[in-house]
Amino acid sequence: MIRLASVLLLCAFAGAALATPRIQQWSTANGAQVYFVPAPGIPMVDVRVVFDAAASRDGDQPGLAKLSIGMLNEGAAGLTATQLTERLDDLGAELSLQALRDMAYIQLRSLSDPDILAAGVDTVALMLTAPDVPQDAFDRVRNQMLVGLRYTQQKAGSRAGDALFAELYDSHPYAHPDDGTEESLNALTPDHARAFLAKHLVGANAIVAIVGDLDRAGAERLADGLVGKLPRGERPAPLPAPPAPAEARTLRLEHPGQQTHILLGQPVASRGDPDWFPLYVGNQILGGGGLTSRLSDEVRQQRGLAYSAGSAFTPMRVAGPFLLSAQTRNDQTDQALTVMRDTLRRFVAEGPTPEEVDATRKNLRGGFPLRIASNGKILDYIAMIGFYGLPLDYLDQFDANIAAVTAESVRDAFQRRVDPERMTTVLVGNGVAQADRNGQTPP
Amino acid sequence: MSARALLLCLLVMPVAVLADADVHEFRLDNGLKLIVKEDRRAPVVVSQVWYRVGGSYEPSGMTGISHALEHMMFKGTPDVPEGEFSRRIAELGGEDNAFTSADYTAYHQTLERSHLEAAFELEADRMRHLTLDADEFRKEIQVVIEERRLRTDDKPLALANEQFNATAWLASPARNPVIGWPSDLNKLGIADLADWYRAWYAPNNALIVVAGDVDAEAVHTLALKYFGPLEAEPVATRRDTEEPAQFGPRQVDFELPSNIAYLIMGWKVPSLKSSRDKETSPDEVYALEVLGYLLDGSDSARLTRELVRGSEIAASAGASYDLYDRLPTLLTLTAVPSDGHDLDTMETALKAQIDRLKTELVGVDELRRVKNQVVAEKVFERDALFYQATQIGQLEAIDLPHTVAGDYVPRVRAVTAEQVRDVARKYLVDSGLTVARVHPQPGEHSRFSPGRATR
Repeated sequence: MIRLASVLLLCAFAGAALATPRIQQWSTANGAQVYFVPAPGIPMVDVRVVFDAAASRDGDQPGLAKLSIGMLNEGAAGLTATQLTERLDDLGAELSLQALRDMAYIQLRSLSDPDILAAGVDTVALMLTAPDVPQDAFDRVRNQMLVGLRYTQQKAGSRAGDALFAELYDSHPYAHPDDGTEESLNALTPDHARAFLAKHLVGANAIVAIVGDLDRAGAERLADGLVGKLPRGERPAPLPAPPAPAEARTLRLEHPGQQTHILLGQPVASRGDPDWFPLYVGNQILGGGGLTSRLSDEVRQQRGLAYSAGSAFTPMRVAGPFLLSAQTRNDQTDQALTVMRDTLRRFVAEGPTPEEVDATRKNLRGGFPLRIASNGKILDYIAMIGFYGLPLDYLDQFDANIAAVTAESVRDAFQRRVDPERMTTVLVGNGVAQADRNGQTPP
Repeated sequence: MSARALLLCLLVMPVAVLADADVHEFRLDNGLKLIVKEDRRAPVVVSQVWYRVGGSYEPSGMTGISHALEHMMFKGTPDVPEGEFSRRIAELGGEDNAFTSADYTAYHQTLERSHLEAAFELEADRMRHLTLDADEFRKEIQVVIEERRLRTDDKPLALANEQFNATAWLASPARNPVIGWPSDLNKLGIADLADWYRAWYAPNNALIVVAGDVDAEAVHTLALKYFGPLEAEPVATRRDTEEPAQFGPRQVDFELPSNIAYLIMGWKVPSLKSSRDKETSPDEVYALEVLGYLLDGSDSARLTRELVRGSEIAASAGASYDLYDRLPTLLTLTAVPSDGHDLDTMETALKAQIDRLKTELVGVDELRRVKNQVVAEKVFERDALFYQATQIGQLEAIDLPHTVAGDYVPRVRAVTAEQVRDVARKYLVDSGLTVARVHPQPGEHSRFSPGRATR
């Protein structure tokens, strides 16, 4: 009975901690910013070290960031890839590496037992501070990426995404695919990767996000153990602003298959954008809110044209794309595209109804506990808050920010920020180029 | 590194950390089973309604009907018109969706803890009162066909997997694609769905799993209120064709618009459920589970260590085995050869890995590493509430007690090197093997890359 009571007490405490996570924040001696949320419910720790070292830092060497980050667990301090991974696997620890367009990160999920955690941290610290980038491993990882590129190229959706980014961002660092190209990958050497890692994996460019069964002292030890030995270095220069949306245009790529993938896009929102909350609420109504959204209703429920039809903002360091997407049988492409464009035009012109905004506010406010219901989700949030420099009370203010959105503020934000007449359209499918020659598809 | 201390830590991991202490089970008079897992880490509740029906229940000519019915379950009842279900859950801040597999169809909502009642009210209504309107179905079946195009028809490797599976299973309903064969989807009618709904959607063929910050007794009271009044019904009987003996390896080749080569090798093996039905030792399935981990449990596992990093024959390689399938299943290896290596070399290399499992006892360190991973994963799983509910539902939906999940870690820990070798010798043999090879199409290559753009 006494044991039960103490268990309940512990649970209640954990629950309270999760209701509104209190983010603790400090800097390491070498300038890394640490964000920590204690979560005593489960004997585990998640830690993610985020660097501004992703594809937007490739320069004129597309794929450099992804290949360099991919080398971190391929050899460090004289240990081979197999030795490094065996060390982590012995502990039951899980390692993941990612290099997207803005963020690159290395993440460790470990049991919180101090000996187990410390051993995992030692191994990951070696990867960060002493990556070897051995030539043979480099060649192999590059070959894997080349095979991966060919695989990606057979997916219509991936080709559409790559084509849209290239078209929207022109010569901006967001324009090229983070996987690089066959040509760019073949031009890379281990020295390129070593130089990239040495420049970017530095204290001043690191965000450490920690969620787990630790106290503050334990979290400080963890952060110092992971990144404390990195040189201070400096953050890379700010990214340039993306080009303003050009006039409407349509890009057509032939691809075998029964469906055409349709993408419409425009660069719109950055992280910390002053219009973020009206844009976000509006997009839920337009195409982000699953089956209840307008695009899904028009394209899927009413007409049966697609399995998935929707829209999304991808807020990034500088304006990320606003995208509408659907996939439909090749001969229905024109019809689906027309419905999507009309739905967008009408939404921007008229805005949502007050009832739609009310329902969406209820959804987002009522659903807030779901967003922070696990250590993994809280980690995502604090890593984002840290990386993009959002206010520490971002989560506390979320409810008030959503509550303040009105039908008028949504319409106003969309009218100022989204131009339906300047959307870039990408069609990838069988017969799309032919349709163009026959003049069947409107521009 | 203090390896000895670590070894100790993982092996003495307190049982309380791993046990499902707060699971409560109820059965209503109409046969509906309710299982509640109390987990108070966050003020959230997951509600799942499971029906014991799925792709492996479907007779020839009717494949895909369970999944099509899942889509129609969102199309309204006399009391709750089309779209209203999702709208009401969304307005409460909830998420809702559904999934269909070979062995079950499940509907789920995740909500702030005080809103469970709304989910129960809506689910009880559509358990017995679905409208199944013919006009709605005509549109929705097109959505399903688009889903099939998106997930399977336009994905060469998914298409190969589907036909590989139907090659391995000549007669067992495990061969059915859950989404259905294209011609069956074209012929399904609303009357078929009405029959299917009547046959399987009844409280005595359903199971409710609730997990989260709730009180089990209070959930039971709610279930009595909403599901209690529903009448038990005679549920259809299922007669699985048993797979006839296989007399040698099978091979199927694919010429599809793929610009990479792809190899699948699958061996027939028991699942926990099928081994129980046959009264063979469940030790075998846990040994197969460990075997799967040895091949592909992590980055240091054999397929990556030996074939991706070592010989560099594979660009990627993996293994899969689901011990919680209802019917006998497959232990499957998949691989993409790296440039300069062909499918023959790849197949020989994978077979050599299998031969090694049959001839060489796995070492102490390697076996311990797998067991440590299994223990840690079990702890990590607790961070995902939805997964915890799903695991209970998956087991009960195939008539295994959910407590089986608690056996997993001790059973895996008990597996010996000899048992791993013995299951490899018994099951990973040519008379259980099916091989599928996707040959790259060099002619297609220029069509893909870099791609001609016209405006």
